Amino acid sequence: MEEKIIAAIIVSAIAFFSIYAFTPILIKFLQKRNLMVKDVNKSGNVMIPRPGGISILLGIVASEITLYLFFPISEILAIIITSILGFSVGIIDDKKTMGGWFKPLALAFCAAPILLLGAYDSNLDFPLFGSVKIPSLYLALVVFMIPIMGNTINSIDVLNGIASGVTTIASFALAISLFILQNYEIGIACLCLAFASLAFYKYHKFPSRIFPGDSGAVMFGATYGVIAIVGQVEVIAAVAILPAVINSFLFLSSVKKIVEHREIKNPVKHTDDFKLKSTDENHAPITLVRLLIAKKPLSEKQICNEILKLTAFSGILAVITAFMMGVKI
Amino acid sequence: MNTKIYSFIFVMWILMLIGGGLMTLIIGPFSLGNIGNIDPIILSGVKVGIALLLIFVWVLILTKVKNWIFKSQVKS
Repeated sequence: MEEKIIAAIIVSAIAFFSIYAFTPILIKFLQKRNLMVKDVNKSGNVMIPRPGGISILLGIVASEITLYLFFPISEILAIIITSILGFSVGIIDDKKTMGGWFKPLALAFCAAPILLLGAYDSNLDFPLFGSVKIPSLYLALVVFMIPIMGNTINSIDVLNGIASGVTTIASFALAISLFILQNYEIGIACLCLAFASLAFYKYHKFPSRIFPGDSGAVMFGATYGVIAIVGQVEVIAAVAILPAVINSFLFLSSVKKIVEHREIKNPVKHTDDFKLKSTDENHAPITLVRLLIAKKPLSEKQICNEILKLTAFSGILAVITAFMMGVKI
Repeated sequence: MNTKIYSFIFVMWILMLIGGGLMTLIIGPFSLGNIGNIDPIILSGVKVGIALLLIFVWVLILTKVKNWIFKSQVKS
């Protein structure tokens, strides 16, 4: 147990401080190269450096490799490789906007290391009712999980600090759940993601100094998804990230097809004091943000806080679910 | 403040718990034992069909809840 505590402290520190120290350097580098995009929710021409995914890659991979030196198990190796592949898919999308189907298909291939390394168990665990063995169906779940999680985090990355904030809260809830279930090695791996996203949140929160870009958001989602699979906590992981799942669900049930999120009509518009209000366009999709501002316009910061509160609520439900895993009806 | 959205999350959680129960108690052990020697792949196909039907019902319920929340938020 002592070795696990030491490993947890070391890898968490590496994840946090590497991103905390490297991100300002990356911001200056991206500014110098003029790799910036307009922050559409700010008045004036506010330009923000992008992609911050490079910094996230550094933090997650450095900490997970260190963890692999402590515990050389195939599950951690699967996390490292899948995270790198997730980043690669995102960085392609950062450089050139691809079609709506590119990311889901490319991310499905990112699940290959999990299958090839055999870093999964085909039992799907449910709270209260035990587990169900679905060998063939589970392979499909592994292949679908990474694209779903990658796109879920990417779809919610619409306001300052949301993608990193949601990932931070959900990852801490998932890490606590893994510790409750006594899956310590993967719990520590999840701490790496939690501290990495927390460090990035410092620069991404309102008002953002850097955007994660598709590379950062997709990598957050892919890493979260692979941890859920190798840690056998798929249901808990889905519960912890429910606001983002709801956002994707709302979007898909409104648009009724898979499209690149930049291709659709903006579901929000701005008031004179640059608050966000719901658009009057009937065909614009109902997203989580549009649902939050349906009643009255809110500032970007207020919406961010609301979404993070919703994530904290689902994080609590996830921890309750973890406790319920030990109870059988 | 956004009680309805918190309720939406809570409803989703409950539906996930119920779905888990149906998976482990009904769909998992489901067999067509009395109808001759059924190929396991056909049985798996039947189970997948039932699971997809449940997902369809789940999505339908959530879509209704979503529309109700959005309309009531706009009206208030």
